[in-house]
Amino acid sequence: MNRASVQSFLYPLLTFASVGLLWLFPDTTILLVPVLGVLFAGTLIRLHRWSRWSSMAFVLLIGIPVAGLENSFLFELFIQIGIYAALALGLNIVVGMAGLLDLGYAAFFAIGAYTWAIFGSPQANQFIDGGHFPLPGWPYFYLFMALAVITAALVGVLIGLPALRLRGDYLAIVTLGLGEVVRVLANNLDHPVNITNGPKGISPVERPPVDWILAITDRLGLTLQTNHAVALFFYGLVLVVMLAIVLINRRLDRSRFGRAWVAIREDEIAARSMGIPLLRTKVLAFATGAAFSGVMGAIFSAKQLFVSPESFTLLQSITILAMVILGGMGSIQGALLGAAAVTLLNIEVLKSLSEGLNHLRQTGFVLDLGFVEYNFANLSSQLEPAKYERMIFGLIMVLMMIFRPAGLIPETRHKLELEARGKGKAS
Amino acid sequence: MDGALLDILPSIILEGLLVGCVYAMIALGYTMVYGVLGLINFAHSEVFMIGAVTGVEVFRYLSPHIDNPFALLVVAILTAGFVSGATAVTIERLAYRPLRRRGYTNRLVPLITAIGISFFLQDLVRLIEGLWHGEFYMNYPSHAELEHTLVLPMDMTLQVKGLITMVVTLLMLGGLWFLVQRTRLGKAIRAVAQDATTASLMGVNPDSVIARTFFIGGFLGGVAGVLFGVLYTQVNPFCGFIPGIKAFTAAVLGGIGSIPGAMIGGVILGQLETLGGFYLPFFTDGAIGTEYKDVFGFVILVLLLLCRPQGIFGKAQKDKV
Repeated sequence: MNRASVQSFLYPLLTFASVGLLWLFPDTTILLVPVLGVLFAGTLIRLHRWSRWSSMAFVLLIGIPVAGLENSFLFELFIQIGIYAALALGLNIVVGMAGLLDLGYAAFFAIGAYTWAIFGSPQANQFIDGGHFPLPGWPYFYLFMALAVITAALVGVLIGLPALRLRGDYLAIVTLGLGEVVRVLANNLDHPVNITNGPKGISPVERPPVDWILAITDRLGLTLQTNHAVALFFYGLVLVVMLAIVLINRRLDRSRFGRAWVAIREDEIAARSMGIPLLRTKVLAFATGAAFSGVMGAIFSAKQLFVSPESFTLLQSITILAMVILGGMGSIQGALLGAAAVTLLNIEVLKSLSEGLNHLRQTGFVLDLGFVEYNFANLSSQLEPAKYERMIFGLIMVLMMIFRPAGLIPETRHKLELEARGKGKAS
Repeated sequence: MDGALLDILPSIILEGLLVGCVYAMIALGYTMVYGVLGLINFAHSEVFMIGAVTGVEVFRYLSPHIDNPFALLVVAILTAGFVSGATAVTIERLAYRPLRRRGYTNRLVPLITAIGISFFLQDLVRLIEGLWHGEFYMNYPSHAELEHTLVLPMDMTLQVKGLITMVVTLLMLGGLWFLVQRTRLGKAIRAVAQDATTASLMGVNPDSVIARTFFIGGFLGGVAGVLFGVLYTQVNPFCGFIPGIKAFTAAVLGGIGSIPGAMIGGVILGQLETLGGFYLPFFTDGAIGTEYKDVFGFVILVLLLLCRPQGIFGKAQKDKV
């Protein structure tokens, strides 16, 4: 028996063990980490096709939903990871594949979110007469998901056409500026015509109906609460959209366009002399990245029921950038891993740390190491790990650039290049 | 335009000049680092912020001991200059030099590092101030002597602190010009900016020249930070971002890499912004108000980069293979 078949045999067992652990202790949210870890391992090691796909399908279609119905925070966590994963994949095309540093990526997310939020809430009555709004979730939400893709891509083209003529470092600062412009517009377009409702934001945003999920589960003899059905619905929706985006990315990576993007990243002049139209190819990368962001924006607004400019700051763009950098620029698995790791860090690990410290502070826990004593009641209330995302993302970016610029899961092309260089040296 | 709006014009121009002076001083930091390394040092806005915060601390701790606000201001400016300069050198030593040594192939690497440092420093200052004082929004104390308003011809008014800002800016710029044009170090800086490898063959140590350039740029940023803080009183760990972006715009406006360009760019940007911020609401019936003031800088930057990317004083660069 060779190594691949041993692995193929063990992998489903490992999957089942990690999922089983989550099923036994669904309230211990951190047990999602081994499940996701096994999922990632499955994309990296050599496995037989049946072993890989059946295990992954088991985790995503049965494992997480069953645990999620026990502890709906798991759904919440996975939905967040899924949304960020799609954003990271979109930014990965722009930054990772085409090598264009976009610091205003959250703007496209905002455009997608506002596209649905304005028309899926009474907000649109402010500037369109007749009281047609909010539009009902069925079928309009699905229509607006498509519309969000188109609007975001169009804005991507509009911003890209002037900005992408610039050299790398100028592009970074111009996209940063344009990202801020979109946020300032969202903040101030409540006058003279109220389009975005300004800093107060738009609420409530319509959700697509979930009656059909309740009908199906009733048939199966399960009674499901509506909020569980909603969580399950968004889990499924995010999963489907995310998988679609992963598939598109994989196809793009090996397509004419993917190769053209990488060529531009490596050497613009060489790419141009090979007949690649620079501006058009770059704008295409920008628009594709924007489109992914737009569709997730629409889903985000429906899931949150509320949209405000606060969600689309520079910090948001930098968070997504940190995900791409952590995972490895240009690598699809990397973007997914980065999104999962940073999201978990952000909404699970740091929050738990903060809560733990708060608990120690309130109970006045005394740490006695023999030579030094410290009373946690004296700890400043400013020390809250959950509020220091900037420091953590900044540190991730600097340390990765200095010690591992290709990321945790380097792009295969990079890896091949490095191996070839190593061989060349040896001979 | 009615007469009242015209009457106020000289005051607005003066206000713009003041803002422009602060931008110009920050812009010099961007331009000098760009000159020697070809790198946009995003973290410079935080070097500026650290100067502003250091200034507040000096005011806070020396106010009981020094009565004369002018002496206090001089001490604050010098301390902030040195602290910011030291910060800039530390950033260079810990982050940029290791990257340079390794010889990165991807041009995004130093840029991403710079953004990371910038975010890291914002929260670091916030953490330090939070642990030290329990809060991180700070105010410069007001001194009657500094707030005293001078009346100039044509109904222009200028506070003493504004006058000090202009004088300090001119002194700093003069000093910088002398340093770069007339001293050995200045010659070395110009040599490294032109060609680091050749300069190193002529006995110039590029690393030490780069470190000193960072110190000078950081020093100017720190001084600008204190003046900014004294002028606008409110300071916090995130206050470097907007002035930083605008100063960068000013540097590009004047042609990045060019020292006189940075000064003139700063003044032009200050004028455009104050004039636009004041008069646009009147022309558009309030539809475009001062809330878009910060967007002006970006819009100008984008238009400028499209029409004349080399800036007013820069030379056009051709990409070489």
